[in-house]
Formats: sequence, C-alpha cells, structure tokens
Amino acid sequence: MKVILRNPRREIVIDGRRRVHALLAELELAREGHLVIRNGTLVPGDAELDRDDVIEIRPVISGGA
Amino acid sequence: MKCRTCREPAIIDLPRHNANFCAEHFLQLCRRQVAKAIHDHEMFTASDRILVAVSGGKDSLAVWDLLVDLGYRADGLYIALGIGEYSDESRGYAERFAAERGLVLNVVSLREEYGYDVPTAAKATGRVPCSACGMSKRHLFDKAALDGGYDVVVTGHNLDDEAAVLFGNALRWDVEYLARQLPVLPARHGFPRKVKPLIRLTEREMAAWCVVRGIDYIIEECPMAAGNRHLGYKEALNSLEEKSPGTKASYYLGFLDRMAPLLADLAATGADSVRPCARCGAATGVADEHAVDGEIVCAFCRLVERSAAHAPVSVDLVRKKSRAERRATMEVEAR
Repeated sequence: MKVILRNPRREIVIDGRRRVHALLAELELAREGHLVIRNGTLVPGDAELDRDDVIEIRPVISGGA
Repeated sequence: MKCRTCREPAIIDLPRHNANFCAEHFLQLCRRQVAKAIHDHEMFTASDRILVAVSGGKDSLAVWDLLVDLGYRADGLYIALGIGEYSDESRGYAERFAAERGLVLNVVSLREEYGYDVPTAAKATGRVPCSACGMSKRHLFDKAALDGGYDVVVTGHNLDDEAAVLFGNALRWDVEYLARQLPVLPARHGFPRKVKPLIRLTEREMAAWCVVRGIDYIIEECPMAAGNRHLGYKEALNSLEEKSPGTKASYYLGFLDRMAPLLADLAATGADSVRPCARCGAATGVADEHAVDGEIVCAFCRLVERSAAHAPVSVDLVRKKSRAERRATMEVEAR
C-alpha cells in the first residue's frame, strides 16, 4: 500500500496488509498524535488496510499555544 | 468496530471514552462537549458578538465551524504573520473557509500595517519566534475586538494545548500563570473577554472534526514552532495518554475543578493594575509596561519599534528543524 506521511510530506510503500494500529506501531507513530485516512475516509484502529489502499497518516499535533 | 450509539461501522476510536463512533455520532459528541464548555464556564450567550482568532489551522477553523453550527454569530480575524510560504498558505485556507460559508474574515498584516514580520521580530528582539508571535497576536486580537465592538474573543486552544501549558507551568511551579490558566479570562480595563470553547476536546478529535466536515486546513507545522518546548510537553502527555487513556482530560479538567478554585485569590491579584500605553493607548499590564523617555510604553509598541527598524529576515535564518524533518532526512540518507 502507498502511505503518505506529513511534516515533511513524503510517500513510502508498505508490502502486504496491515491493521491500522499495527501500521502505526511499525512506523513508530503514536496513535494519539495521528489520524489514519484511507482513500479520503477516517478509519479506526482495528480497520484492515489492503495492499491497494492509499493511506494518509496525518499528524494532529500543532505547535501553537 | 461499531459505533457506541447506533452500532453502525465506526470511523474513529476514542480510547479516553472507551468507545468508537460513526461520523454522525462523533460530530454529535463534539457539539455536546463544546456546548458543555460554553455553558459550564458561562463563556458567552447567543446574543454576543464573537470574534474568532483564525490561523488557518485545524483548531481555529473547527471552533469557528462549531460555533456557527451551534447557532452563534461569529466573525474571524486572521493575522498575516509573514512566516514565508507557511503564512501565505494558511491565509488561503482561512479565506477559502470563510468565503465558502459566507462568513466575515478580517485580515491584519504585520508587514503591511506595522512594518515587520515574526522572523524579523525574533531576530531583532532576541526573543524566540513563538514569543514575538504570541505577543503580536494577543495585542492585535485585543485591539480588533475592542475596535470592532465584539463581546468576546474565541481561541481554538484545545485540551492538549491546555494540558501542555499546565504541565509546563507545573514543572516550573509558576503559580501566577497557574492561577490564570482558565478557560475564561473576563473583560477588564481595556482587555476583551477571552474564552476557549475547545477545552474538552483533544487535538486528534479536532483534526477528525475537520476531516469529517470536509474542512481543508494547513496540516504542515509552523516552521517557527518546530522543536519548541510546548511540543515536547505534548509528546510526553501523549505518551502517558496511550498507556492510560483519559490522562490529559483528568489532569486539566481536574485542575479546573479542584486546583483553580484554590488559586482564585491569586488570579484576581493585579487584575486592576493596568495603565494606558503612551504610544497606542492600549491597556498595559504591570508586567509588560516599560518606561521609554519617561513614558509608559507597552511591550507590543516596543516590539514594533525594534522590529520595524530591522532589515527583513528570512524564515530559514531563525527556524529549527523539527524532529520529523530530521527523521525524514535520515530516512533519505539511509537509502
């Protein structure tokens, strides 16, 4: 699957299927700090991602106070 | 995963509620949390004129959207901070959001109206960029609210923001800041009322609100904020949250319930100690005032004086690389 990461924007390719929480763990990204969006729609932690999916992992932490 | 309310497929899991929600019931949850914050803290009423501090980021656009959705009258104010392409892009998001919904967005440009920008101010004053930025925004939002006859200024500070500030203040035991870290700052002597309706919602929930509602916002992190201490506090709290969901809410909302009342007397101290700035006439707190040639001059006017006299400075001269950028660079170098 194609995975789009942000800050800075970049793309990586992951082989095979994954559940959302497993993909985040593999990339060492905290669930509380990210949303996972599949083909434009939010998906929860147990959603299974297929090899043909386009996944955006969007960070949610902003630096302002 | 099924929605807790309707058992339809969920789009988001919220461990702190031990629940999952479909889009419709997630939005309902967010509306209820904002309505509760407004009601519990008596932030404003339906008849108040509201000015929303808009940055083009998820929180300010989400809070504006939520207030309009709940039936409040709210205009926006965007301050063009001059942080290179980041400011140009964020302004575009704010303007498109307002135009698509027929909302009023006022714009103030630091460079055009005051002769400086945030990178230049940071260099000219030796302050960290976030300090120069925050001071400029506070002054200009106060001024716009008072000049425009607004009853209240709304900011998009969310639960994560407030928990991180609380964490920093508690690490330093800065009791004066702790006493004033409230979701409502009442109007007083030249300062408008300021409120934070998102204190019951996390950063992740606000980003999800924007995705579900189809709100485009600037996702990139402000290049000036990269690596700041506030982000480190957020990451530390998120690490605790993952191990023990609900930690951020119990920490900050518990502070409001049980600790803030004990500090109420301290919060009131100094509330009347303001004088007008000799240059701009704005109310100036004792901590901010400074005598220049025997006159009381506010911190903002002193910032403008030093920054406008300095040659413009580019963003790259004052920015730090974020941890994610350093990691991305390492990824590229490792290939």
